[in-house]
Amino acid sequence: MIAAGLSALLSHWWRRPMQLAMLLLGLSLATALWSGVQAINAEARASYDRAASVLGQDGLARIVGDGPVAQDAYVALRRAGWLISPVLEGRLAVPGSSLRLIGIDPLTLPPAAQQVEFGQGDGLLPFITAPGVMYVSAETAAGLAEAGLPPLRVADSLPPGTALVDIGQAQRLLDRPGEISHMLVWPDAPLRDLPPGLTLRQPEGASDLARLTDSFHLNLTAFGFLAFAVGLFIVHSAIGLAFEQRRPVFRTLRALGLSAAMLTGLLLAELLLLALVAGVAGVAMGYGVAAALLPDVAATLSGLYGAEVPGTLALRPGWWATGLGIAVAGTLVSAAQSLWRVWHLPLLAPAQPRAWARASERALRWQTGVALGLLAGAGGLIGAGQGLWAGFGALAGLLLGAALLLPAALSGLMALGQRMARGVLAQWFWADTRQQLPGLSLSLMALLLALAANVGVGTMVSSFRLTFTGWLDQRLASELYLTARTEDEAAQMLVWLETRADAVLPIFNAEADIRGQPAEIYGMADHATYRDNWPLLQAAPDVWDRMASGQALLVNEQLARREGLGLGDAVALPGGGALPVAGVYSDYGNPVAQVILSTDRLLALFPATPRLRYAIRVAPDRAAALAEEMRAAFDLPPENLADQAAIKAFSLQIFERTFAVTAALNVLTLGVAGLAMFASLMTLSAMRLPQLAPVWAMGLTKARLAGLDLLRTLLLAAVVMLAALPLGLALAWVLLAVVNVAAFGWRLPMYVFPGDWLRLGGLALLAAGVAAAVPVRRLALLSPGDLLRVFAHER
Amino acid sequence: MNVKAFLAAVLLAAPAGAQGFAGLGADAQGFAVPQPGQPLAFPQDHGAHPEYRIEWWYLTATLTGPDGTDYGAQWTLFRSALAPEAGTGWESPQLWLGHAALTTPDAHHVAERLGRGGIGQAGVVAAPFEAWIDNWQMVSRAAGGADALDAIQVTASGTDFAYDLALQATGPLVAQGDQGYSVKSAAGQASYYYSQPFYQVTGSITDQGRVIPVTGKAWLDREWSSQPLAADQTGWDWFSLMFDDGARLMGFRLRDTGEGYTSATWIAADGTPRPMPPGALRVTPLREVPVAGRDVPVVWRVELPAMGLDVTTTPLNEQAWMDTLVPYWEGPITISGTHAGRGYLEMTGY
Repeated sequence: MIAAGLSALLSHWWRRPMQLAMLLLGLSLATALWSGVQAINAEARASYDRAASVLGQDGLARIVGDGPVAQDAYVALRRAGWLISPVLEGRLAVPGSSLRLIGIDPLTLPPAAQQVEFGQGDGLLPFITAPGVMYVSAETAAGLAEAGLPPLRVADSLPPGTALVDIGQAQRLLDRPGEISHMLVWPDAPLRDLPPGLTLRQPEGASDLARLTDSFHLNLTAFGFLAFAVGLFIVHSAIGLAFEQRRPVFRTLRALGLSAAMLTGLLLAELLLLALVAGVAGVAMGYGVAAALLPDVAATLSGLYGAEVPGTLALRPGWWATGLGIAVAGTLVSAAQSLWRVWHLPLLAPAQPRAWARASERALRWQTGVALGLLAGAGGLIGAGQGLWAGFGALAGLLLGAALLLPAALSGLMALGQRMARGVLAQWFWADTRQQLPGLSLSLMALLLALAANVGVGTMVSSFRLTFTGWLDQRLASELYLTARTEDEAAQMLVWLETRADAVLPIFNAEADIRGQPAEIYGMADHATYRDNWPLLQAAPDVWDRMASGQALLVNEQLARREGLGLGDAVALPGGGALPVAGVYSDYGNPVAQVILSTDRLLALFPATPRLRYAIRVAPDRAAALAEEMRAAFDLPPENLADQAAIKAFSLQIFERTFAVTAALNVLTLGVAGLAMFASLMTLSAMRLPQLAPVWAMGLTKARLAGLDLLRTLLLAAVVMLAALPLGLALAWVLLAVVNVAAFGWRLPMYVFPGDWLRLGGLALLAAGVAAAVPVRRLALLSPGDLLRVFAHER
Repeated sequence: MNVKAFLAAVLLAAPAGAQGFAGLGADAQGFAVPQPGQPLAFPQDHGAHPEYRIEWWYLTATLTGPDGTDYGAQWTLFRSALAPEAGTGWESPQLWLGHAALTTPDAHHVAERLGRGGIGQAGVVAAPFEAWIDNWQMVSRAAGGADALDAIQVTASGTDFAYDLALQATGPLVAQGDQGYSVKSAAGQASYYYSQPFYQVTGSITDQGRVIPVTGKAWLDREWSSQPLAADQTGWDWFSLMFDDGARLMGFRLRDTGEGYTSATWIAADGTPRPMPPGALRVTPLREVPVAGRDVPVVWRVELPAMGLDVTTTPLNEQAWMDTLVPYWEGPITISGTHAGRGYLEMTGY
């Protein structure tokens, strides 16, 4: 009986392969998007963890100086009883790029920092004596074959782009003899007094990278979840249809003696089987999605945050398991309602058409209440809460609330249309549309979400792009940007440029803690270049005069927001002294706090600042020639002398890659929504015959009916698109004014792009039209006998 | 292989497989090898000998507090060379390892320090004599003209203990073996070895924050070599016994797959050494206890018939386990039998 029952149930799918394909496609697509995003996040997080745990930097306190620390200071501290280990970090140029070189002393390294597996066999001696031994990840090693570096050993615990050597070898390779960057403090070691110039910095719980990139991953997760939710609409439709069509089979099976429990169990088993098949396919597709998106994500993370993420994906068993789990869970959620109905199927009840259309008014009212509550909650979150979670909470409330509100709104709209309709046919059209709403509402909600996300994210990205481009034009006012290789060379270049350039402006910077957070400190010369162009968000009236005399400083927007700094607030500087804030400038694309002083003031504070970088002002039409001359005169590598256009192009490229992933997910979500609509329409078209047959019998042609059906679908899509506009704009506003501020520390003005909406609207109508095409065509090709049979069989 | 195991292996120099205890049975290629008939020279032999693979400055002290409670203190600086040269800066192949311990009747505190030679974090200079790693020191306080080791100040500290001891020698330096050439196996492996076993100690110990004044006796061993153990020797049981009548006995048994190899030097109260032939010393374990997951003999019968010696040694604390990179047992003992006194026992390779 069980076998017979199962084969009877499964035979349905053989007879309707399209439906099976739809179900599997919906489920595997939803799983793919979700698990693809998860895979990207997992890969990136794993590499942050690796980066942060290099030398246990995530859990160990460290002693830092204002700048580099003398090795003798380390020895003196050891001899004073400090249990510390020296580290020298620097960038080591290799052909085509550079490595983060970390020099350590393996003898004093705290156990928490020892994650590199030192190779067996050759021991410590080659590691500590020239040429040394360099540990890198396999990926990094592959790119360094001919780089003339010390012998390489592979240590997979190291993040890409990082090389570990003995500290003595690091001093040699970086040409920084007798110098260290900082000291790691052993846990539980006795703390003693530190000499002036050195400070103890407690470990930061989460790594800087993890914190900085949190927003980015939250963003991806939110999109992955949205796509998954939209995908579930397809699954729901497909399962609903399959159950509906098999009602007679269910009744027959029950009548033949299959118990309700057994039938439900069989259906559950069938669903689990389908979920597993679709889940495996989905996870495999998700791997493909992740592998395709990861290079862009890696480029973004590296460009925006300096986080090195490998461009290749590791397969993690946990990720497979969660992917399958979410597929199964999603299927069960989507099928719960249908299973419940089967369980309660009255054995002898006639095969009535499904009562989707009779969704009670009360349920709709309840749903509307929840929707309004969610919208109010979203408003409350925006008003009261700040921060990333409040922002995403508000987004979720907004989207879900609007989606739940949609059926009631549409229903009201159709009722209005019905009241205003002239003629029987028009009235029937409105009434019939309204009648279908409950069956369509889920897919319409999916469409609304996809369209709104598209409008919102599109508006955010475009606003950002517009602001960013304008800001780059202001910020990159100089024609050429020069990086000398040595200070001597820089001095010669300055002499050389005296007669050839209009002005040469130093760009010196140092790194230090400002208000307890790592910050960049820049020196700025007093020049019209800055007075005319520098993008100030807030400024004291005499800002440039006070800057020039070293009486004030500028802070970037990120620092101002994080620390609540306003004009006139004093900022303490390393090494004593404080200056008031005279201006706040926008600083997009940079996650780190930044302060600008006059060049003199900077050099007084940090005398060891390397004087290598300069901006060169020259008439724009002479810039290229000057650059050419200069490269020839000093045998300067191209990357040491960049022109404005190249830097702008590079910055914009980083920007575009940042949002390439978002755009890709956006398109995929829209595609999934289109599929959901198609699945719903297929379901409905099969069930609507009893309603259409009488209208046909009264004289309306099939072609006319089909045309009305197409019109109805397009009308609904258009209405949904209209509803998606304000929702999308609200979404964009939350993204720009709340999420961006929390995530990056900057707030962007919002611009609207109606042209994009038109394009999107067209796309939505096209998707709806395509989705409706198959059912409509089927209706048009229906034989009169099929319609007549409705009267014979169902009524 | 993590760094800790890696260091344990290289620090005590094991280029090819684990041979003997802590790799001391490795071959001596490139390193100087002790030769008989070369008298020790001071003060330079108080300092380091970088051309030899391994060397130590090893002080053990039996102490007593004002209430009669016994304590023991250990201060050891090991030098281990990866290559037979002093070297400079970070590239110096000389590595240093410090062990400090404080033993009480119910606790055994241990601390360990590692450091690179060549940067000043650890080292030994012969004159004016100073041996140090981090803030642990052994510094000469001897008056001009006297041997540098006649008076020394020794300090060390760990997370839960510290000590600061002033040591004054009441007898001469004692050359072990044949004028300092100490044979370690029947096959002829040897080291240079001398001792100062006649220290009187005053000072203080800090046990978990409590400062206790102490007095007692101490014994300093100086030894360097490049291959002190034969390849089949797996560890040793080493005794430094300080008898109440002023005599001293240094004796050890090197364990191997067969009978083992014993050696001893009887030191009269005036410091005259009397080297004993191999096998003259008999040591017999009487009682084993579980220590750190292994069975370690902590009570011993020590016999030297030539001197009419037949004593039993019992530890102050049976659990005097040195939980260091290369773990071993080291702790103060009390002597009873034909002679009475106190001393130190070191057991490796268990």
